[in-house]
Amino acid sequence: MLHFKSRRDTSRRHFLKHLAAGAAWAGPAAHFLSTLQSQAAELKKNQKSVILLWMGGGPSTIDIWDLKPGGITGGPFNPIGTSGDPQICEHLPKMAQQMHHMSIVRSMSTREADHSRGRYYMHTGFVPNPSVEHPSYGAVVAHQLEQTRPNLEIPPFVSVGGNSTGPGFLGLAYAPFIVDSNGRIRDLEMKTTESRWRSRMQFLNQLESQFISQNRGPAATEHRKILEKTNRLLTSTQMEAFRVDGEAQSVREAYGNTAFGRGCLMARRLVEVGVPFVEVDLGGWDTHSDNFNQLETKLPEMDQAMAALVADLTDRGMLDQVALLWMGEFGRTPRINGNTGRDHWARSWSAVVGGAGFQRGIAVGKTNSDGTEVETTPYSSEDLMATVLQSIGISLDTRFTAANGRPMKIAGGGRPIKELLA
Amino acid sequence: MNAPLPLTRCPLHRTVTLAVAAISIIVFHSWSASADTARSTAHQDPVAHLDALMRTHWEENEISPSSAATEGEWCRRVFLDVIGRIPTLDELDTYLKDNSDDKKSRLVERLLSDQYSEAYTRNWANIWTNVLIGRSGGSERNSRTNRRGMQVYLEEAFRENRPYDQVVTELINARGTSRPPTASDSARDFNGAVNFLAMKLGNNPNDPEYGTQATAKTSQIFLGRRVQCTQCHDHPFNRWKQNQFWEFNAFFRQTVALRRFEGGRNISFIQLAEQDFQGPTGEPEEAEIFYDRRNGIRMAAYPVFTDRDGAQTKLSRSGFIEDIDRRAQLASLVRQSGYLPEALVNRYWAHFFGHGFTQPFDDMGPHNLPSHPDILQYLSEQFVASGYDLKELTRWITLSEAYGLSSRLGAHNEADNPTLGETPLFSRFYPRQMRAEQLYDSLLIATRADKTGQTTADQEGKRAEWLRQFVIAFGTDENDEKSTFNGTIPQVLSLFNGDLIQQSIVAESGSFLGEVIRDGEMTPREKMDRLFLAAFSRKSSAKERRWANRAFANNESATAAFQDVWWTLLNTNEFILNH
Repeated sequence: MLHFKSRRDTSRRHFLKHLAAGAAWAGPAAHFLSTLQSQAAELKKNQKSVILLWMGGGPSTIDIWDLKPGGITGGPFNPIGTSGDPQICEHLPKMAQQMHHMSIVRSMSTREADHSRGRYYMHTGFVPNPSVEHPSYGAVVAHQLEQTRPNLEIPPFVSVGGNSTGPGFLGLAYAPFIVDSNGRIRDLEMKTTESRWRSRMQFLNQLESQFISQNRGPAATEHRKILEKTNRLLTSTQMEAFRVDGEAQSVREAYGNTAFGRGCLMARRLVEVGVPFVEVDLGGWDTHSDNFNQLETKLPEMDQAMAALVADLTDRGMLDQVALLWMGEFGRTPRINGNTGRDHWARSWSAVVGGAGFQRGIAVGKTNSDGTEVETTPYSSEDLMATVLQSIGISLDTRFTAANGRPMKIAGGGRPIKELLA
Repeated sequence: MNAPLPLTRCPLHRTVTLAVAAISIIVFHSWSASADTARSTAHQDPVAHLDALMRTHWEENEISPSSAATEGEWCRRVFLDVIGRIPTLDELDTYLKDNSDDKKSRLVERLLSDQYSEAYTRNWANIWTNVLIGRSGGSERNSRTNRRGMQVYLEEAFRENRPYDQVVTELINARGTSRPPTASDSARDFNGAVNFLAMKLGNNPNDPEYGTQATAKTSQIFLGRRVQCTQCHDHPFNRWKQNQFWEFNAFFRQTVALRRFEGGRNISFIQLAEQDFQGPTGEPEEAEIFYDRRNGIRMAAYPVFTDRDGAQTKLSRSGFIEDIDRRAQLASLVRQSGYLPEALVNRYWAHFFGHGFTQPFDDMGPHNLPSHPDILQYLSEQFVASGYDLKELTRWITLSEAYGLSSRLGAHNEADNPTLGETPLFSRFYPRQMRAEQLYDSLLIATRADKTGQTTADQEGKRAEWLRQFVIAFGTDENDEKSTFNGTIPQVLSLFNGDLIQQSIVAESGSFLGEVIRDGEMTPREKMDRLFLAAFSRKSSAKERRWANRAFANNESATAAFQDVWWTLLNTNEFILNH
């Protein structure tokens, strides 16, 4: 696969002509050289995707989505009414206008209250296990939906901020492509001519294949897959999706001039060109001390960007195609500690979903009066993941074969949350 | 800032405190006994014994190992693993031309000798800096860690091959200041080892979460036991209980990382020091810490060290340093622990083979039993008997039969495929990505070929800058981080188009490539061989030269053709993998 980096379309067309010549030496290595695709990237009907808003550190959902005003665990924030059924925190006035598109799961109950274990569990639906690495949400969705995107030239799993987890046994080809919220990607500029680049790729492909054929195992094979993907994106005009500064100023302002705002805007641009899974990070929720002051500065940034994203997807008629998911690795203790903070707490917390095939505007589940227990059916990471996958039409009967031959149920065998699916 | 103040003592409690000050030690098992056994068999060649044990495993699993690696492959991997870079052309040539029977051992000796002291020291100091303070340690905003300080300490330790148990003691028990002295500043009381704990401790030991990172990292790194999740609950799989986490944590409560400022609001350095610990209830005679069980019940914990087979050492409950110095006791308990040698051996094995005896290598315990317990135990005993000599351990591993095997899967060991989740049987060498540092240093070597990389502050700076682009820190209380130098797209982009690769293919005179191209003595075929040897430690084949000719026949000049060959070689799996 031979691409030539140029910002001018004429060069690009000129380059297309070279493909015929390319076929002459493609030979047994043809699979290395995928066909140059048309760059038409209209959002197709039924082209589903997921945007995960990842709240790294474990957000205090008792202060955000499931308030307990007046009680000893409640904290100072007041609930406000929304455009949907549930009430939410007063510091989310913009989201309050969008809650008819979203639903809150107030009965999340998990067991992993350590950052890295919680991050792994919430991203994969499996608890960490030394003998197998499970694929994360993004890798699973990318793997399942990639075949439906023949025109996609950029990676099917993008992580804005990088706080995601890996592809596990699905292999490096489904690893998150990590960018910062400015969409800057290093070393994209090919520093040679078209013909020399093509010659290098030809020779490189021969050497790669030779080494792989010597039975050197998966590391050698994976390397070639990544070469192929990298080579493809080098010349893709779809890379424009990463450039949020190409967006109208009014739109950028609506999302907010923050890293998370730019990330959410980029997510919309990426799902628009067909990326099946985008994860956007907002970190800094690990509020062991001074929880409420920290939230007061943090929530407005989140509120503006998240509400703008929901509104923008709605305006563009994309909301039915895009599943939105908001969560962190766990919630925080109902008990307020000596430093006015809240510590890690997995037993009762909230996640938020919206768009796609979800029932919207409702709250699912209920915690007790001080927020320490879930009073209704508790839901796990597996259940939430199953619900999200079903909402975009991925079959829960899907089985993966882990590298060791062990069959593995998608979403850890979780069962979808019925109230959320129409 | 103030020096730690002793607390006022209650005279009534004084006698009680003294009465329990004596340390009660109950030891059921210790490596010292095993060490004696090892010494009595010291006449035996450890490499031969290791090979025999390994062969038994192969037989039991009904597989035969792959054939031996070529001399060039073995030379390349031992350079990469021991000193962190590929060999230069001269170094490779010296090894290939050596006709002695013990050429392997002679090469390992050279790499461990003064001749390579600088490269060896730098490699291991870098590896351990990343282990001890993470890849981003010291670059956090207003960090308490001084990365250079950490390196200075480690370089000193590796340069003199300081016994590992001593190094661990010095790291856990370090006192002093974090910033290395410069020409203009003779930092008082500098001890680079304090940087291990500098960021993992703070200045308020009564904070309920105080020192949880110090607890988790000390256990994981030195004892191979991951205890972080027991901070909140009993471990779901192994025998670690929540109380043990906090009993371990209690050892750090007399220690504070005091921030020192020299004008301005940024920390200039920190001082790690001890002060009396009075506990949350203000009674230093019984200086407890509290933690909450999941059911909400509050529990107290005092320093207790739990070793192999449940052997426990209980310290006095006093928080007075005069009665007991908790951290000094911890350092000595870790030093004597049976976990210490096996955790290190497992770490080293994973370094040289890509997989440890457990996956991950630093998560050992009853939930994750070792695949080769006999080899782990034997090497641990030998390691203790050697006086915790890291170079000795390096000799045994690199000279073993298993380390010398080809990375090609043979006809009779297909089952040995740990990337497919199988238990590693070490019947072949597992190819793996070079670490970012190895790649950087290897590119320098491959492109300046015969001029081995001199270490200058300037070079270190460039290297650090290059490495930083791949690190992502998560900003949680555990300072989690990861590297994107993991074989994915950003890494390939960097090798396709980055500055480093652009510099590597410069063909001006003085550069490696320029000198190869301009050499009037060499035929084109010899020039190709030079490039292949520099990148892969092997010559080019006729087929490869034909490929290159065909690909680059239309280049505007021979120079451009060689540049493209060179660019291509540096982008192959054969270059990027340690195989």
